[in-house]
Amino acid sequence: MNKIELGAFIKSTDQDLEIKEGNQYTEVIVPASKLHSLAKILRETEQTQFDFLVCISGVDYGQDLGVVYHLRSTKFDHMVVLKTRTSDRITPQFDSVSDIWYTADFLEREVYDLLGIKFANHPDLRRLFLDNSWGFPLRKDYVDDINIVTK
Amino acid sequence: MEEQVKNITADEQQEYIINMGPQHPSTHGVLRLVVSLKGEMVKSVQPHIGYIHRGIEKMCESITYPQIIHLTDRMDYLSAHINNEVVCLAVEKGLQVEIPDRIKVIRTIMSELTRIQSHQLWWASFGMDLGGLTCFFYGLRDREKIMDIFEETCGGRMLVSYNCPGGVMYDLHPNFQQRVKDFIKYFRKILPEYDQLLTGNVIFHERSKGIGRLSLEDAISYGVTGPSGRASGFSCDVRKHEPYSAYDRVQFKEILFTEGDTYFRYVARIQEMWESMNIIEQLIDNIPEGPYAVKMKPIIKLPEGEYYQRVETARGELGVYIISDGNKNPYRVKFRSPNFVNLSVLNHIAKGFKIADLVAIGGSLDLVIPDIDR
Repeated sequence: MNKIELGAFIKSTDQDLEIKEGNQYTEVIVPASKLHSLAKILRETEQTQFDFLVCISGVDYGQDLGVVYHLRSTKFDHMVVLKTRTSDRITPQFDSVSDIWYTADFLEREVYDLLGIKFANHPDLRRLFLDNSWGFPLRKDYVDDINIVTK
Repeated sequence: MEEQVKNITADEQQEYIINMGPQHPSTHGVLRLVVSLKGEMVKSVQPHIGYIHRGIEKMCESITYPQIIHLTDRMDYLSAHINNEVVCLAVEKGLQVEIPDRIKVIRTIMSELTRIQSHQLWWASFGMDLGGLTCFFYGLRDREKIMDIFEETCGGRMLVSYNCPGGVMYDLHPNFQQRVKDFIKYFRKILPEYDQLLTGNVIFHERSKGIGRLSLEDAISYGVTGPSGRASGFSCDVRKHEPYSAYDRVQFKEILFTEGDTYFRYVARIQEMWESMNIIEQLIDNIPEGPYAVKMKPIIKLPEGEYYQRVETARGELGVYIISDGNKNPYRVKFRSPNFVNLSVLNHIAKGFKIADLVAIGGSLDLVIPDIDR
């Protein structure tokens, strides 16, 4: 499917989703509550078959925290980007997709480690690079007077 | 740390926990594997990483795009040139700069030389992991020839930093074409020796065939890319699926196997070296004339938006996701590093094999630790 067909198909699964034509890929803005169900639909539907989760990136948008999923289909070679965000900065949480794609296990742990976003139903959510006493360095409000030199 | 060990032992009291690494010769860097054993059988492998986490993604947020390129060298230092390329391509895509053919061809040749030298070093150390010390000398001897070619043109040997947004740093050295041709001629003669030394070796077959089998479904679900994924039949070569630079004008085969064990991950890399030589041979005689770099603005500012660029490094698919807010620094940079994702499959494929096989399986995934930690 090309970008427009893909956008129309995803829109047809749920009218509440917001579809954006990105400069490269179709972008879907998903509410956090619908993330897991949409991911499952995209993975299992015959026409889309997004079986390869390429990348999960956590992003601090300033006010909100968000997670961006890049999905690819190995059969059709099309890609889609799912974006979700939450305004809760103290206990941000999304549903884990590690039961749909195994690779999400490590990728979500990395997001948790660097941005402090928790993933519900993740099998083994521990810090990955840093130990528990660290803050979450990829947040924009992270302050480290000793190690970060600001000009 | 005690807490982590407790988690593993909770279910089976009879298991024996050992730490492999962080300073272990077969992990090729500071990677700690907490291995839970029953007798000699591996029950689970928990990787503990972060020993050389430098916060490259955080650092990228406070520096400019041309500066980022020099940090990407330090991720996967064996694919340094290809790592540079991914940022350059993303920046050029954002600025919509048209890149002349000469630059594309130079980049492609350099990338393939990088791939060959990376596989040579992998072959050298993989042989050494399995007890064949001769491989190490053979591999490094031939790798030196590519390092010399790099040194002459790029100035650097390993961390080349040869790419810059809009082109490459310097023009090719006058000797470049001849030396590359000499190397290909030499290496076509030498590569069958690699096969004689290791590929046909009975002990090597015993230690690698049927070990650490990864099915196609699992390879896709775990996102294992590069030669490791292609040995399982996962067609994931970005050079074929989303050609960048000059890959759309060369003929080459995507190496695919279906067995997906340690032996075929090995064969996939050996075959890739042949394919890389084919690609270089198609390009080396007709490098177009033209400038080696497009003139860019002194301060590069990407338009507001998001950019995702994928390339094929020697180990798999490297992606860079740049969010720009229009300033000279990126708002957020995320690297999808192939080794980090490939490492996650280790527990799945090493389970049920002997601890000596874990070394072989780890070697066949070809992990580079700085790329995992970033």
